[in-house]
Amino acid sequence: MSDAGTDEATEATEAKTEATATTPDTAEEASPKDEAREALLGEITSALGDGVVESYLMPGTDLWIRVATDSWADVGRALHGRGFTFFSFLSGIDWMPSPYGRGEDDPTAEAPVRETETKQGYAGGETRFQVFARLVDLDRRLGVTIKADVPDDTMTVGSWVTIFAGANWHEREAHEMFGINFDGHPDLRNLYLPGDFEGHPLRKDFPLLARMIKPWPGIVDVEPLPTEDEAPPNGETAPSEGVLHAPADESAVTAAEQTPDTQAQQEQQAESSEAEPSDTGDTA
Amino acid sequence: MTVLSDRQQLGYIASQAADARVNVELETEGMTLNIGPQHPATHGTLRIIVRLDGEQVVWAEPVCGYMHRGYEKLTEVRTFPQVTTLVNRIDWLGSFANEVPFILAAEQLMDIEAPPRAQWIRTILFELSRIANITLFLGDLGVQMGAVTPTFIAFRDREYVLNLIEGVTGGRFHPNFDRIGGLKDDLPKGWIDECRQVMKRLRGFCEEIEDLLFGNEILQARMRGVGVIPAEIALQYGLSGPNLRGSGVDYDLRRDQDLPMAWKEVDWKVWTHPDGDSWARCWVRLQETREATKIVDQLLDGLPAGPIMAKVPRIIKVPAGEAWVSTENPLGEMGYYVISKGDLGPFRVKIRSASFNNISVVPWVLKGLYVPDIITVLASLYFILGDIDR
Repeated sequence: MSDAGTDEATEATEAKTEATATTPDTAEEASPKDEAREALLGEITSALGDGVVESYLMPGTDLWIRVATDSWADVGRALHGRGFTFFSFLSGIDWMPSPYGRGEDDPTAEAPVRETETKQGYAGGETRFQVFARLVDLDRRLGVTIKADVPDDTMTVGSWVTIFAGANWHEREAHEMFGINFDGHPDLRNLYLPGDFEGHPLRKDFPLLARMIKPWPGIVDVEPLPTEDEAPPNGETAPSEGVLHAPADESAVTAAEQTPDTQAQQEQQAESSEAEPSDTGDTA
Repeated sequence: MTVLSDRQQLGYIASQAADARVNVELETEGMTLNIGPQHPATHGTLRIIVRLDGEQVVWAEPVCGYMHRGYEKLTEVRTFPQVTTLVNRIDWLGSFANEVPFILAAEQLMDIEAPPRAQWIRTILFELSRIANITLFLGDLGVQMGAVTPTFIAFRDREYVLNLIEGVTGGRFHPNFDRIGGLKDDLPKGWIDECRQVMKRLRGFCEEIEDLLFGNEILQARMRGVGVIPAEIALQYGLSGPNLRGSGVDYDLRRDQDLPMAWKEVDWKVWTHPDGDSWARCWVRLQETREATKIVDQLLDGLPAGPIMAKVPRIIKVPAGEAWVSTENPLGEMGYYVISKGDLGPFRVKIRSASFNNISVVPWVLKGLYVPDIITVLASLYFILGDIDR
């Protein structure tokens, strides 16, 4: 929630990204799978040439490749020809931070200052919108996430329909939800929304009206985040449930469970009432 | 060549003329048939518009969106632990299985792993949701093919599985039981024995359904060779799960990727069928149910002791990053692409649901089929509306 924390975390990731991008050999324990991904990355890079703008490899986990906008359709065709036959999904991302926050604000308080800088994720980017897709090579059992920038002015990338027929619906969805156009798509109608719907719901500046009218009721009892000093020491076991709404201590649990009338009485017998829930818990 | 008499020639010409006249008279006009959104043969509000020539489909188009709930947008205003409540409702017949990939993605971003016991119980519950889901499919298949009895058997036996899920999680349809770092609770006392008995019963159910449905000549006649999807087309459309394996592609995410789950610890088989028709898809599902009961039995035997929750911070803030985790759900590949910016909630979640891709092949596969086959194909592709519309 705090802006400082978000900035730190994002910066940390960016530093990690750069480190991995510049020196991919720093992975200390390279398992065979990582070698496979590195080989895969090398193969794709050599096949696509200038098409690959940036890549990010997380050893043992996944591979991200950002390609040039103009070569989006060619990249799909090239990867399909190189064994990436399974089409998983295609969608868009809006990297602009939401001007509305997450609907957790106190409506009576002054509006908080929000982050306004657009920061792209793994494999970088320059534009607010990106398209991304997931393809899987069934022989090697490896998948790759392909990203491309969507130019802010034309909002157009090439279509994959002729390569992966299943991209048809995915591109229609991305078109109505983000306003991204796909050059070469045969029928770019709305898939879910009514034909005359105005706006693109998954854009960050599209307000979630339910939250505009009334803040999310589940968010009201969020306690302030503990600072580093207050955080429980590592040896302490974490509560198994209600992590977000976990009350500060045992007495808060008892207070919440009691009705106001009985509360005063039971506060006098605090010890017995604290023992009670644990007894029933064991027998239940 | 025989020489025709004048009389024969005249007769031939007359018959040709008559045929031509009949052909002109019987030339069919295209007809548009609207099925749904409320129709007994479509479970859920999927609407399909087909254009017919006689009884033959020349064009088909599913219309979705009658149940779109905007979960991708809603996740952006929830915290990570709150998202499981939403994703429970995507494929509502296998709810627990929807929670797992999201939780795994969050755990991947936080770089924590659930303790072994939690992983095993997760896998058990995952397979139980698969059994509950496909059991209902097998019963529903009967109804769509015009046989009512299997439904009652299926509902009866699914009840036992739902009771098991309820026994652990407290919820029959929406367990909301998976937590980042582990599970909410351990298994209750006596549950393991009960589970073994139910698994035995479910194997009996599979035998019964195999006799009743799959051994039925009428069903075979209606399903064999109907709605064939070749492997190439299935891959292009991103079909997954039994629909892909029914087309002969040996791809199962339980086996083919390295997830912190317990499938790799036990011995089981991935079933495929080379035919790619409606029959093959349903047959693969039946075999998978049987295989799932075996997985559960083996997992119960080897269930490790230990904690069910890893050490997680009291307030969950997921570090910035991106993660894609998908699992082999009852309907197929279910995955979440989670983008976090180090906040309490996700920045963006792309939900890749199986039915969306599975149903997108409908315009291709229905072309050229006859009207009764529409129902067969839709039944065999097996979709859940919440899984298409999200």
